[in-house]
This record gives sequence, structure tokens and C-alpha cells, in this order.
Amino acid sequence: MSENAVERQVDRSQMEVSDKVAIQITHMNKWYGSFHVLRDINLSVNEGERIVIAGPSGSGKSTLIRCINRLEEHQAGEIIVDGTELSSDLKNIDKIRSEVGMVFQHFNLFPHLTILENCTLAPIWVRKIPRKEAEETAMHFLEKVKIPEQALKYPGQLSGGQQQRVAIARSLCMMPRIMLFDEPTSALDPEMIKEVLETMIQLAEEGMTMLCVTHEMGFAKQVANRVIFMDQGQIVEQNEPNEFFNNPQHERTKLFLSQILGH
Amino acid sequence: MVDIHFVRKSMIEEQEPPAATTGVAGWIRENLFSSPLNAVLSILSIGFIVYVLSALLPWAISPTWAATSLGECREILAGHEGACWGVIRERWLQLLFGFYPKELYWRVVLDFALLIVAVAPVLFTGLPRKMLYFSAIYPFLMPWLLWGGSVWNPIAAALGFVLGYFAHKLAKPALGGLAAVILAFVVPIIWWMVLSGPVVDALGSVLPLAMETVQSRNFGGFMLSITIGVVAIAISLPIGILLALGRQSNLFIVRSLSVGFIEFIRGVPLITLLFVASTLLNIFMPPGTDFDIILRVIIMVTLFASAYMAEVVRGGLAALPKGQYEAADALGLDFWMSQRLIIMPQALKISIPGIVSTFIGVFKDTTLVSIIGLLDPIGLSTSIRADQAWNGVVWELYGFIALMFFIFCFSMSRYSMFLERKLQTGHR
Repeated sequence: MSENAVERQVDRSQMEVSDKVAIQITHMNKWYGSFHVLRDINLSVNEGERIVIAGPSGSGKSTLIRCINRLEEHQAGEIIVDGTELSSDLKNIDKIRSEVGMVFQHFNLFPHLTILENCTLAPIWVRKIPRKEAEETAMHFLEKVKIPEQALKYPGQLSGGQQQRVAIARSLCMMPRIMLFDEPTSALDPEMIKEVLETMIQLAEEGMTMLCVTHEMGFAKQVANRVIFMDQGQIVEQNEPNEFFNNPQHERTKLFLSQILGH
Repeated sequence: MVDIHFVRKSMIEEQEPPAATTGVAGWIRENLFSSPLNAVLSILSIGFIVYVLSALLPWAISPTWAATSLGECREILAGHEGACWGVIRERWLQLLFGFYPKELYWRVVLDFALLIVAVAPVLFTGLPRKMLYFSAIYPFLMPWLLWGGSVWNPIAAALGFVLGYFAHKLAKPALGGLAAVILAFVVPIIWWMVLSGPVVDALGSVLPLAMETVQSRNFGGFMLSITIGVVAIAISLPIGILLALGRQSNLFIVRSLSVGFIEFIRGVPLITLLFVASTLLNIFMPPGTDFDIILRVIIMVTLFASAYMAEVVRGGLAALPKGQYEAADALGLDFWMSQRLIIMPQALKISIPGIVSTFIGVFKDTTLVSIIGLLDPIGLSTSIRADQAWNGVVWELYGFIALMFFIFCFSMSRYSMFLERKLQTGHR
């Protein structure tokens, strides 16, 4: 557990939480076979919120955000993303997926395509944007994550941190309204964590709705407007970061925080 | 105390490596005599090669090119051991073309020359993409050139695909996706089964453009092997991919059918399937239907190859990290898009060695058709030996056949290595 804080003042001027609901999860339950991984999850995310989801491994936090774009199927309850309910209707699923970007722990770039092709593939095939326009958009976002010069290389030629920034750019090229981050820095060397966090902070500063599963408590303090703590498949506690870190209520939260911040 | 102080006074210029480590001498040292064991193995191997060649070369270099029978060969050799090459000189055309009419050899030659033109843009992406249009036409051109007959036959066959395409295109906005797909299959089938026959006859009577027909029983030699092999190879890959996907499908029926098909075909020897093709199938056909024997064999060999291909491709699919599927899904790509753009390019790349091995296997397995009486090179060699003049010639014929097969198979193998290098974006 690290406290990788990016050494600069986070610009909060654009970070406004609107009162429009982006994601509405009600009484959602999920089982793996007979194992009850997510238990009665209720969560409402407004547009512009930056939510950090923390918790011990196996607490279901990754599974929760993977349910939001239907990489995992929930068995009971309701998930509404941007006004569309997630059901087994493939059309709804594809619509939601093209509006919700996701960044994975292991980047999952496509190794047989160049960085630029990684970024333009979905816009061209899903959004039906002309190639030239898609490439311009891709270059714009690659510049934003500060690696335009790598555009013609293959993922395997990049460092982990660079690959993760490409993965972020790839998601952004679809112009998502919501971004999900599934432990984006857990597979990175300490030096590279900062460059990825910097990119994520930049994104937050621009007002993106973000759900981040992460162990980066520094990031949570700097950027999040809400921290959710999960254990055993349920939301144990949620609060705004200051209160969450300084005044945890639940015993499990106190134990968790003392373990990750104690030394 | 140790003096650790050191300051370099002058920089050392670049120098040549020692002579013994470069050039031919260096190569031999490094590759043949790098260790005592390597040296012993090298000497033993070289000795063995010399021994084999000293036995083989005197036999192979034999002045019997002009002989017209085995007897004549023996006279020329006058008691010495030696090959009887006269048989190759006299029969090589037959080994290549079987009993195809001599005056029509040009059609076969043209056909295979065009095959190279059609396959080239598929194999080498550096060639102009426009050439792919010819590759699309070729499957209709090829049987027409080989078998001959009315020019309207291949056109009618191609028209079926065009009809299917338009049926899909027109039906999709009106009737929806599923109905369009069904129509895209049904319309061409109705066309081929019911309408195309009379239409071809009618067009043939109006404008009788036709080439001389060659019967399937006259096909033979390498042209038969190549015909069966190329068609089976070309069709087995897409079928194999579909079967591999079917085997991984979440749909129970699709999965069960795929697994059942693959396991049944893999559990049965090819010869059995060929016997089914040559004898049993006729029993199921309505009496009087003439279902071409070569076509039947091609279908069986293709099905056989597809089952193996499916397993090879499945291996490639299994080697892909789950994250690739998830990333494609998360970007909103639908199933077919993610298969086409993300999964298959990687899975097939991983499977190249296995795919090409299967191709090579299929091509060599075409020799099994000799068992059901088709005159492939092996079948021909038997019939050549049945000739009084060449009764007893074995090694020369098999040697020639082996050499021809080796050329084809070795080229495929080299191509596979070329492709692997080309697709190497490395660093997965």
C-alpha cells in the first residue's frame, strides 16, 4: 500500500458534482455459482463524481465495477447506466459499453496493433467514425497522456506506465461519459504509478465521472469526493474522503485503514 | 592496503576480433566443434552423411535416361547397380496430369498458374489489394478450367452468392437481421438446387459457349493431389475457425454439435471416410444422380481437415489472455467484430505452426485416394508398374513422387516461417 501523492495542487475548479444521476444501482446481488459475491448493493453515482472504492482483496470491489459495464452479469436487482437498464438485451449492453470506458489492471492493450490502431479501432468500428478523424482524435488523447511520439510502436515496446496511459487514451477515444478504473496501478512499478495517477487526476480535473478501484489512498484524498469501503461483498461504509480517513465509523474500516496507513 | 586508484590515460581503439572466431573457420568452430561432445557428434554425423551419399549417388547417377523399358536399363547398366530413369522420362507427364487429354494440358497448366496469381495477394500483403478481386473470381474459374463444360455453369454458381448478398442487403431493412441472414442462405440454395440448372441449359442453347468436358475419371497424378489438397486447405480453415468458435460457444446446441462433429471426425480414419465417399454415399443418393467422385472425396477430405483445424485454432484461442476478450467487450465491440479484429488475428498467429502442419498433413493425405481407385501419383505408380516395360521399377517412381511432395510441403513450411517472422510484433 502506498501513498503516492502527486506533488502539485489539484485544480478543483472543474470538479463539480451535478445532480444528474449517471449510475443507479439498486438491490443488486451477484453469485458465482452458489458463492454470494455481491450482496444488496445500493449505489447512486452522480455525473462528475469521483468515487474511490477500497477494500481488502476478495471484497467484491472489482466485481462491482465490472457489473457496471456487464463484464460480469448480476442475478438480481437493477443497474441503470445513463438511463439505460442493463439487461440481457445485447443492444443495451453494447450501447452502455460504448459510453463507459474501462481501464484494467493489466492494461489489456491489443498486442498485434500499434498504439494508434489500439486507439482508433473502436471509434472506427463501433462509432463508425472516418479513419482520419479517428486518428486525429487518438493523437489528441495520446498527447494528453503525453505519449504522442509512441503512436506507431507496438504495446510490447512500451513500459508498463506508458501502456496504462495508452489504455486510458484508448478508452477516452470513445468519448465515454463514465470511466471505470479496475486497480489501474496495481501492476506497475512505483515510479510508473505516479505518471498514471497524474493522468487520472488530469481527467478528474476535467470533470469526468470516475469510479476507481484502487489502493492509492493518496489519490483518494486528493481527488475523490467519495470513498466507498467494501468487505465481504457489501458496502460497509462510505463517506467523503476527509471524514472517511480521519473519522472511520465501522470497525472493519478502522482495521483496514490502520493496516494500510499505519506504517 | 590495496591501491584502488586508477585513471585511464588513453582510450583503446576498436580492434578486429581474433581470426579464429570469424568467417568460415569461426562458424565451424562455434557450430561443429564447440565442445568435445559436439565434435564427436559432428564427426559421426558427417561420416553417416558421407556413407549414405556414397551409396546413393552412384545409384542415382545412372546413364539410363533414354531407356524405354526396365530390360533396356539393365542392358545399359550391364550388371551394375543403378537407377532406371527412363521411366520418369517416359511417364512424368502422366505422373503430373494422369489421363487428362494431352491436347488440353494447357488448361491444367493455366489453372495452376492462375492459382498462384489468386493465392499470391492472400499470402503476401505487400501485393496490390486489387488482386484480391481475382482471388474471389478464381474459385469459380478453377473447376471450369479443369472440368470444362458450359461457361454458364461457373457464372450461375457465382450468381448464387450474388443473390444471397442482395437478399441479405434488401431484407435487412425490411425484415430485420435474423430474417436477412436466413434469406441469405435460403435464396442461393433455391437458386442452385432448382433454378440454376434450367437457366444454364436455356442460356447454353441461346449462346453455347463451352469448353470440351473432361471426365473426373481422367483426372490423376499431381494435378489431382493439388486440386483436392488446395480446395480442402482453402475451405477447411474457415470451417475450422467456425467449429473452434462453436466449441467455445455458450449456446448448448451449437457447442454440442461442434464437439460431436469434431470428435466423430477425429475418431474415424480418413480412409473410412473416403470409402464412405466412394461407395456408401451412392446408396443414400436417389438412383441415377451422378455425384462426382472427386467432389465427394474433396468434401470428405475437407471435413476431415476442418476437424483438426478446429482443434488447432482452439489451442490458439485458449492461449489468449482473458483480458483481450474483456478489453474488446469493454470497448463495445460486438462478438463478430471482436473475433475478427482482436481475437482471431492473435489466435491464428499463435496457431500458424499448427495450421501449416495440418495443411501439409492434408496435402500428403490426398495420396490415400489411391485406395478408392483414384489415380493420384501413388495410384499411377502402381499402374505404371503394371506395364510390361516397367514391371519392377519402384524406387525411381517413389523417389520422384517423394521429391514432388517435398517441394510443395517444404514451400509451405518455409512460408509459415516467413509469416511468423512477419507477424512478429514480439513482446506480448
